[in-house]
Amino acid sequence: MDENIRLQVTRYRPDKDTVPGWQEYDVPLRKEWTVLDGLNHVKNEVDTTLAFRWSCRMGICGSCGMNVNGEPRLTCATFLSDYAPGPVTVEPLGNFPIVRDLVVDIGDFMAKLPRVKPWIIRDEEKSVDDGEYLQTPEELDAYKQFSMCINCMLCYAACPVYGLDPDFVGPAAIALAERYDLDSRDQGARERLDVLIEHEGVWGCTFVGECTRVCPKHVDPAGAIQRYKLKAAQESVKMFLLPRAFR
Amino acid sequence: MSDGQVVAAHDVLLVGGGAAGLRAAIAIAETDPGLRVAVVSKVYPMRSHTVSAEGGAAGVIAADDSIDEHIYDTISGSDWLGDQDAIEAFVHEAPRELLRLEHWGCPWSRQPDGHVAVRAFGGMKKMRTWYAADKTGFHMLHALFQTSLKYDEVVRYDEWLVTRLLVDDGRVHGVVAVELNTGRVQAITAKAVVLATGGCGKVFPFTTNANINTGDGMALAYRAGAPLKDMEFVQYHPTGLPFTGILITEATRAEGAWLVNKDGYRYLQDYDLGTPTPTPELRSMELGPRDRLSQAFVHEEEKGRTIDSPYGSVVHLDLRHLGAKLIDSRLPFVRELCLKYERIDPVTDLIPVRPVVHYMMGGVHTDIDGATPLAGLFAAGETACVTINGANRLGSNSLPECLVFGARAGRAAAEYAATAPGPPATIAAQVADEVRRIERDVMGSPPRTDSVAAIRGEMQETMEAAAGIYRNGTAMTKGIDVLRGLQERVTRVGVRDTSRTWNTELVAALEVANMLDIAECILASGLQREESRGAHQRTDHPARDDERFLTHHLAYRDEDGPLVRRLPVTVTRWAPGERVYGR
Repeated sequence: MDENIRLQVTRYRPDKDTVPGWQEYDVPLRKEWTVLDGLNHVKNEVDTTLAFRWSCRMGICGSCGMNVNGEPRLTCATFLSDYAPGPVTVEPLGNFPIVRDLVVDIGDFMAKLPRVKPWIIRDEEKSVDDGEYLQTPEELDAYKQFSMCINCMLCYAACPVYGLDPDFVGPAAIALAERYDLDSRDQGARERLDVLIEHEGVWGCTFVGECTRVCPKHVDPAGAIQRYKLKAAQESVKMFLLPRAFR
Repeated sequence: MSDGQVVAAHDVLLVGGGAAGLRAAIAIAETDPGLRVAVVSKVYPMRSHTVSAEGGAAGVIAADDSIDEHIYDTISGSDWLGDQDAIEAFVHEAPRELLRLEHWGCPWSRQPDGHVAVRAFGGMKKMRTWYAADKTGFHMLHALFQTSLKYDEVVRYDEWLVTRLLVDDGRVHGVVAVELNTGRVQAITAKAVVLATGGCGKVFPFTTNANINTGDGMALAYRAGAPLKDMEFVQYHPTGLPFTGILITEATRAEGAWLVNKDGYRYLQDYDLGTPTPTPELRSMELGPRDRLSQAFVHEEEKGRTIDSPYGSVVHLDLRHLGAKLIDSRLPFVRELCLKYERIDPVTDLIPVRPVVHYMMGGVHTDIDGATPLAGLFAAGETACVTINGANRLGSNSLPECLVFGARAGRAAAEYAATAPGPPATIAAQVADEVRRIERDVMGSPPRTDSVAAIRGEMQETMEAAAGIYRNGTAMTKGIDVLRGLQERVTRVGVRDTSRTWNTELVAALEVANMLDIAECILASGLQREESRGAHQRTDHPARDDERFLTHHLAYRDEDGPLVRRLPVTVTRWAPGERVYGR
């Protein structure tokens, strides 16, 4: 019970520091404790100035993503005991500007999200009075996986392409576009394709697959990107061969 | 931009970006696209606590169901403290709101023929709970958030913490807020403000609630002079994981899980909740209401029939007979949470559970349109108390409540804003006053040995001791004394963090001050209610007393703490009666 584990944590206060540095904290190593519990121990008992985001502590709100020993992780679902005897490095998610300590600026993603039109698009909207759109369990299964994204940004932190080309729309946003494309209630695939066919859309991805590997919710953004590339390729063939009315 | 300036003027400002706030924002944008509407939230909207809701959302849709039955279940579930006009409106409007979510892309679970599926839920006599596996809140929130992105006119202030309402001459004119990125304290004016900041579970040490659930909207309203209603009614959910307090959804029991004590005995049969059957019976045994199930746990503990764990006594939730296939299709998140946080597999193992603070039935007093007594101030969702939940909320009524009353409050606020005057020049003094409070009183106090975490911890322990599943006058009186002392300490606690950028110690200091006000209201209201009703069980007043207490409590802020007044319950067609479950 009295055993400790050392956390090496990134510290960066823009009003004081020119570059990020490290600070070490020893925290109790308990079998129930996650990395987030360790950080909260620091915050409450050791150093009240450490800044990080967290909320639900059950892996669903997507707030507490950080790099743990270099790997993008939800800290509320990453156990200290898996890193014993330590030390454990805790850094802000990569590929994002650091605001302070472990807090990164995800404004770029938030601005990109609406661009892929992540909502149901219909030629004609049915009235609520006419009841639900029928959707069989099989039709639901077709897009369900892509609807599980919690916007935790782990995939952006892991994506080497996003790291090099910040204009790349990125894994989570493309997965979300695919989620709506595959929804039997939606008719907006064409509109989304127009957005994603651009250079910074799907083409940026070189299929490294890191996004799918780090996804805590098994969304498979890499799969979504591949599907989009196929659609885009088919589209360009059609554009080449068919008169406009048949595309 | 410097401190104290007005960053923008809006017509309607939503405080909070969860289900109620986003539903209100969309309602306003649809009602009048010309209105300048904005959402201000201390987290990005998709981080809001709606995301954690698991089991489902109730709305009458099945052929064998009826509006009146949902109304009756809700009224009897509320132990007759719910306002029946509000419940009638809620039950009538819930199905349309859930259908609207369906049209907006919510991935509701389906029947083989493509129609929306419904499941059983605690205290409900019919199957009427819509669900998206066991991540219903997550899917609803993301569908609402993504749909809200369609409306360019909805402006957002993400990661801004509102610290004060601007009020002049009995009207609300906007808010003062801290922008977390810069630490600047600024004003956002609005003709109408809708509070939708969720609940206040963090007042207690052991809760399903997220870190953000600090009752900010309730405290804002209370300090501005609006009353908080029925604050003594705090819901303990019977099945939380020990240590973390993570919720194991009631949907497990709806799908057939059993609650058993250390002898493997389905103990609920000893507490007037029915007789055990192999498959679930509606409104019986494991599908009884949450207040009664949590109370039964306490009695089992007293009888020595619970199981000791390092984090308190537990009973077992048994899903093993449901099989991997059903668990994976209907309850995948439960399996994921158990594997991750308890390192057990519900397919083969018993889940240890204990009652955990889950929901605040009380909140900002509103009418059926979300309007508070303060002109221009509205509230919806868990922040508000309309009240459809009375003394005990039924599981799966809170998500549709966010939709029905979020939409109602949004529309009412839009209507109000259309004719309300803009902010008077006099509010500048209030903004300056708030800047001073935060910069001088909170940030400027010299740090001392005391800390925000210490005050928060003592408040939480106090509340667990005084306002648990069973309460008594002596404990509540003692708790009120302790809270007074903590109120003194919090005014001069100081923060060690001097940075303006993302100062989470400042946020925590402001949140704990909010929670202390709420904690006082819970105990003051509870002390005055000398009866046992729903989630408020007093060992010194063990019976329900309709003669004296078929009334709401309204807690107003006064110099020496809350002043509690009464308001009669609205009864339309259902005279108070006995709550009968399992017989």
